Amino acid sequence: MSVTSSDPRIAGARAAPKRGIRFSWSDPLFRAIIWQIVIVGIVVGIGWYLVHNTMQNLAARRIATGFDFLDRVAGIPIGESMIAYDSSVHTYGRALVIGVLNTLQVSVVGIILATIIGTLVGIGRLSSNWLLARLTAFYVEVIRDIPLLLQLLFWYTMLQGLPPPRQAWSIGDTAFLSNRGIKLPLLEWQTAYGFALLGLAAGIAATIWWSRRASRVQEQTGVRPSVWPVAIGGMVVLPLAIWALFGAPLVLDIPALRGFNFQGGGTISPEFSALLIGLVTYTAGFIAEIVRSGIQAVPNGQWEAARALGLRHGVILRQIILPQALRVIIPPMTSQYLNLTKNSSLAVAIGFQDIVSIANTTLNQTGQAIEVIAIIMAVYLTISLSISLFMNWYNARIALVER
Amino acid sequence: MNETATAPSPGRAAGLSTGKPIIEMDKVNKWFGALHVLRDITLSIAEGERVVICGPSGSGKSTLIRCINRLESHQEGRIIVDGTELTDDLRSLDTIRRDVGMVFQSFNLFPHLTILENCTLAPIWVRKMPKAEAEALAMRFLERVRIPEQAKKYPGQLSGGQQQRVAIARSLCMRPRVMLFDEPTSALDPEMIKEVLDTMIGLAESGMTMICVTHEMGFARQVADRVVFMDRGEVVESGTPDRMFGAPETDRLKMFLSQILRGH
Repeated sequence: MSVTSSDPRIAGARAAPKRGIRFSWSDPLFRAIIWQIVIVGIVVGIGWYLVHNTMQNLAARRIATGFDFLDRVAGIPIGESMIAYDSSVHTYGRALVIGVLNTLQVSVVGIILATIIGTLVGIGRLSSNWLLARLTAFYVEVIRDIPLLLQLLFWYTMLQGLPPPRQAWSIGDTAFLSNRGIKLPLLEWQTAYGFALLGLAAGIAATIWWSRRASRVQEQTGVRPSVWPVAIGGMVVLPLAIWALFGAPLVLDIPALRGFNFQGGGTISPEFSALLIGLVTYTAGFIAEIVRSGIQAVPNGQWEAARALGLRHGVILRQIILPQALRVIIPPMTSQYLNLTKNSSLAVAIGFQDIVSIANTTLNQTGQAIEVIAIIMAVYLTISLSISLFMNWYNARIALVER
Repeated sequence: MNETATAPSPGRAAGLSTGKPIIEMDKVNKWFGALHVLRDITLSIAEGERVVICGPSGSGKSTLIRCINRLESHQEGRIIVDGTELTDDLRSLDTIRRDVGMVFQSFNLFPHLTILENCTLAPIWVRKMPKAEAEALAMRFLERVRIPEQAKKYPGQLSGGQQQRVAIARSLCMRPRVMLFDEPTSALDPEMIKEVLDTMIGLAESGMTMICVTHEMGFARQVADRVVFMDRGEVVESGTPDRMFGAPETDRLKMFLSQILRGH
């Protein structure tokens, strides 16, 4: 039995000899350094040429550079926006912010939905149920093989083919589906909701606390107390009780048909819907394959060893298979999240005003091509690096210690 | 050719096993598709008995012991382990897997858990044991396989022999009544085989009921009460190690032994 602290390979040994450099082409180290200097020189040279050339051309065409145009009134009509916008008052800067928000909105919702659907489809493809396995396989093969742009146009055309508002499909005369998008009733804000939300927050905190306590109790006694009664009590019953205490106020802003269109309520536009459906179904096909390969990358022996120990199916999945599968899944999953975000720029084809669409209009109106393109690049770079950083952090957290 | 299988009556060959049978197999048949991998296996193993199963590759010996904790299911016949018949019923499966430990050729340690966590996982989740108690138990068995100082390391940091000893400790932590070994030394370098065999010999001396699929004939001679020779899905011959290796009755066993001896 070797004791690591007095490893003779470290304690009694002499240090490895330091290697010197010979200034000769036959020395690999010398050669490597020279090559690096040459490559850095070439890159710097190309960069200097491009900048210099651009500046000269701009000066020759008398185009003013700079970001002053951001403060000018935009005059771009924008269909849907998360913040207040009036095209005759607000600036290019604000219009571009709206574009970024729209891009973020479709990306975040898209990533969440694509992950859920992709995971379910991926697991379904591994199912022993013949029909489920074939259906999911068919879905993956079809969706991956059709260009995304075509799929977006398909969904947009489908949604345009819905009946006009007067013949809209309705659910109980409160929600409507027509070629103007989905109309939903909106809740009118009541003070009771604020207190109910506080109750919900307290319920979430209580559930987290209780589940931590459950882990401690399991460590001490071996039996894990149930978490779900506290979760339901805190997150469902408590907010409802507070709401009821305030007399259960409920005022809905229900959309209603006035003339040729609906008034009131909230809207999910056909453009946003088509883009979201297209991005989610397309990316889910790739995520399904990543999840499937991740689960299959865990050797069958892991299942067998766990079963032989008498562990239950759910425990095996949570404690043994998923932690190992996630290590394989996370890096390609990051790529898919980045792809979905960048693919959202195809929104321009179906008229959803994301950052590319609004920036494009800005470019056409102001002629500030370099600045606008730089803004688009900066936006995507920032979003992508944020996703990458988060996923890399998560990956490092679950990484396997091997040596 | 005289190839009549000498099906042993329970306890006959064992001689010293006085206990009641803990595993009974009655006319067990199994197919993989068209392949008939187990043919009319009838075998009874007494409590405390040490049985070595040997035979050429593809003879069904691994499949046989994997049927005992139902990693494989049989299609015909009956298998009764410790009074519980193996069926598709999940409850009977749980009971059996708690009481039957298994060691695999490729160790199958959980690479994302430390050695200690590998050993405590099943006691905590299956036996509902408090963590501290499970860790104390695991340390006891890690001491028994002589690697307590590796408890905080991960499987990838250990040698093959050490990993296999951890796998044995992990099984023992469930306090099984029967231990199954599926070629436990076949994936090991020669200098590591001995440390695993020594651990298994120690386990045998403690009175554990053991069923080992192995080619280690020295081990069989030293600890086995009975050697079962399988070929083409059948039990061809069985008896004490001395009788089996000294005076094989069937041509198939004679041929197998001559090949094994030539190989070594």
